[in-house]
Amino acid sequence: MKVTIDGQEIDVEPGTTILQAARKIGGESVPPAMCYYSKLKGSGGKCRCCLVEVSKGSDANPTPMPKLVASCVTGVMDGMEVKSITSERVVDARKSVTEFLLINHPLDCPICDQAGECDLQNLSFKNGSSKTRFIEEKRTFEPENIGPNIQLHMNRCILCYRCVMTADQLTDGRVHGVVNRGDHSQISTCISKAIDNEFSGNMIDVCPVGALTDKTFRFKQRVWFNKPYNAHRNCTKCCGKTTLWMFGEEIQRVTARKDEYHEVEEFICNECRFDHKDPKDWVIEGPRKFEKDSVINQNNYTRKLDKVVIETESQILLGREQDRKKISMTAIPLKKDEVQVFKEGQI
Amino acid sequence: MGQKILLEHAQVPGIKTYEIYRKVGGYRSVEKALKSMTPDEVVEEVKTSGLRGRGGAGFPTGMKWSFIDKKSGKPRHLVCNADESEPGTFKDRYLMEYIPHLLIEGMITSSYALGCNLSYIYIRGEYMWVFRILETAIKEAYANGWLGKNILGSGFDLDLHVHCGAGAYICGEETALIESLEGKRGNPRIKPPFPAVSGLWANPTVVNNVESIAAVPWIVNNTGAEYAKIGIGRSTGTKLISASGHCKNPGVYEIDLGLSVDEFMNSDEYLGGMMDDRPLKALVPGGSSVPILPAHLIFKTTEGNDRLMTYESLSEGGFASGSMLGSGGFIVYNDTTCIVRNTWNFSRFYHHESCGQCSPCREGTGWMEKVLHRIEHGHGREEDIELLWDIQRKIEGNTICPLGDAAAWPVAAAIRHFRDEFEYHVRFPEKIKNRDHFVAEPFEKVKHLVAKEVV
Repeated sequence: MKVTIDGQEIDVEPGTTILQAARKIGGESVPPAMCYYSKLKGSGGKCRCCLVEVSKGSDANPTPMPKLVASCVTGVMDGMEVKSITSERVVDARKSVTEFLLINHPLDCPICDQAGECDLQNLSFKNGSSKTRFIEEKRTFEPENIGPNIQLHMNRCILCYRCVMTADQLTDGRVHGVVNRGDHSQISTCISKAIDNEFSGNMIDVCPVGALTDKTFRFKQRVWFNKPYNAHRNCTKCCGKTTLWMFGEEIQRVTARKDEYHEVEEFICNECRFDHKDPKDWVIEGPRKFEKDSVINQNNYTRKLDKVVIETESQILLGREQDRKKISMTAIPLKKDEVQVFKEGQI
Repeated sequence: MGQKILLEHAQVPGIKTYEIYRKVGGYRSVEKALKSMTPDEVVEEVKTSGLRGRGGAGFPTGMKWSFIDKKSGKPRHLVCNADESEPGTFKDRYLMEYIPHLLIEGMITSSYALGCNLSYIYIRGEYMWVFRILETAIKEAYANGWLGKNILGSGFDLDLHVHCGAGAYICGEETALIESLEGKRGNPRIKPPFPAVSGLWANPTVVNNVESIAAVPWIVNNTGAEYAKIGIGRSTGTKLISASGHCKNPGVYEIDLGLSVDEFMNSDEYLGGMMDDRPLKALVPGGSSVPILPAHLIFKTTEGNDRLMTYESLSEGGFASGSMLGSGGFIVYNDTTCIVRNTWNFSRFYHHESCGQCSPCREGTGWMEKVLHRIEHGHGREEDIELLWDIQRKIEGNTICPLGDAAAWPVAAAIRHFRDEFEYHVRFPEKIKNRDHFVAEPFEKVKHLVAKEVV
């Protein structure tokens, strides 16, 4: 099947979604996704971040689709033409969704453990506005304890349903889900139960924002001060392939390995994630590479920086050089009256 | 005087009971269909009738039936959508409460046409007494051999269940209804696949409104061609209209589609004009989710044609000058109505009922309600009107199901047609805060918005 996204044509297998096709092309055309997660069945279609315009349905039926469609759940048709970043409607819709997601999301990135690896942070960086039009009080929820490993911060939740799907598809005896409706909906357990099954930690990895964070790592470090290493160990429950987040010699956090779309390669068990914080437990393979533009890469000073040239009008610099020389008092000595002024401390 | 098709026997004493319903000719369509027609012939009759879905969308019922996947070999289901929850709409309740057997008869005939052996009526949780009426009627139908195994010796089996929802407007959306019926949270599914291919328990499913199904017995008894003679153009047959608000005779009426809005509003047979003879200010012709119409666009379209009670005429001119027939919730407002308060009230409803699955609807409906709340209570800013307009524009068309649109349209139409009133609220907050809602006087500054003549 041939599909064209933002003018770039690609051959894909039948059953591929527009988002998957766009990811094959890569670059700016890839729609953002907050709720879609390729490893989870039935995910996608909810956050509406990935809306795209189908300007030609297919070769058989070239009629454009009247509404924007969610690219993560819409299959491609042969000859389909899609506009992602090149469509004004799409750009506008992404800005709208970003604004909607941020109206009730607390902007507590400075204290949020997800900062630096937060999909919503990245989304708002690209599509958000620096000013909010929402002047009302934000919606808040009572804190809830859902067990010893995972911290639930419901105020930050964007209801992507990923954690519910993870619990549903990876673990037995699911105890949590979504209760209430509308903007009162919340992730909660039934009733005040702890989430303690063996793969529950993966809910932390799939959460695109800071609603579910690791209690063993909480407030220990900003992620960009950690150095991630690929590591593995023999585990009877899972693949044992993880990423260790190190601060010096200390393992501060263990997560599953994630790809460029922040989706885990394989889910890991709670034992690997929470119980093995000694470097001796692991075979360390080597450091991970960062995305060049990610927040997490900001402390990587080994990059070669381009020389910055500030172009200014020549008039502005008139006399500047002379002033500089006077201040250094080496090349041009002060005149007598200037010495007086200098002594009076008015220079 | 229009024909009575659905409500023909509504006033017969004891019509709720099987005996009386049978005496007035009930269940004849089942006999006719099962004994002398093939399922495809019944579908053809419904197609010929031009019957359009009476739940609001107006999609041709026969065409919807023909989409059902008969080749998959999976069991098929017919689900009756009795989750009537839209403010201003109460016609299905009337039908089920007064003539429950008509719905059951329609369900049997329709299930036969679609080849369904297990059908459901999904009823709104708040209609508990109607639920009980239906349960009694179903028991009677079972007892008299209209449901169960080998109905009338035709070899056709049908089990019919009535399922009571937990009270959520969103469960009226067909895929959310199916989710709820499966025992899950009532969240709409993303289409495709459509229910006709993969619906209840992934089986091919048809979801029809109560009124659509109740029309099927008449169509089978009298042929689709006869049904198509009633009405105008593509709006065939009769329609139940639930009228409320400031009219003299609110209630449920069965009208022939094509009746003029003027006649429906003002003739004694129907609404009988305005309550207390006050001027008409606005009208919502199809339930709270459709755009509100100002007085000058109610009886005439912008092209000067008479506005008719049809799908086409009510939507003439698009949303700039038209509205929708929708579910037939006809709400009349006189000059004392505060449009901002009314819009806030609708917005409050949609905020409360949004399932919260997709971001624009979950966050946008709440935001709109909060802004409208502020404006209505005298704390609005001038930029809030533009803000509201922008929020509704960003919700519309970007959500999974039509609830987002339903929340956005009333706000858009209110601002489009009654912007002066919003501005009045913003500019004169003290007058807004101090007014008494029980004094039936229109706003001084917005009097020009109401019809000049008493209608």
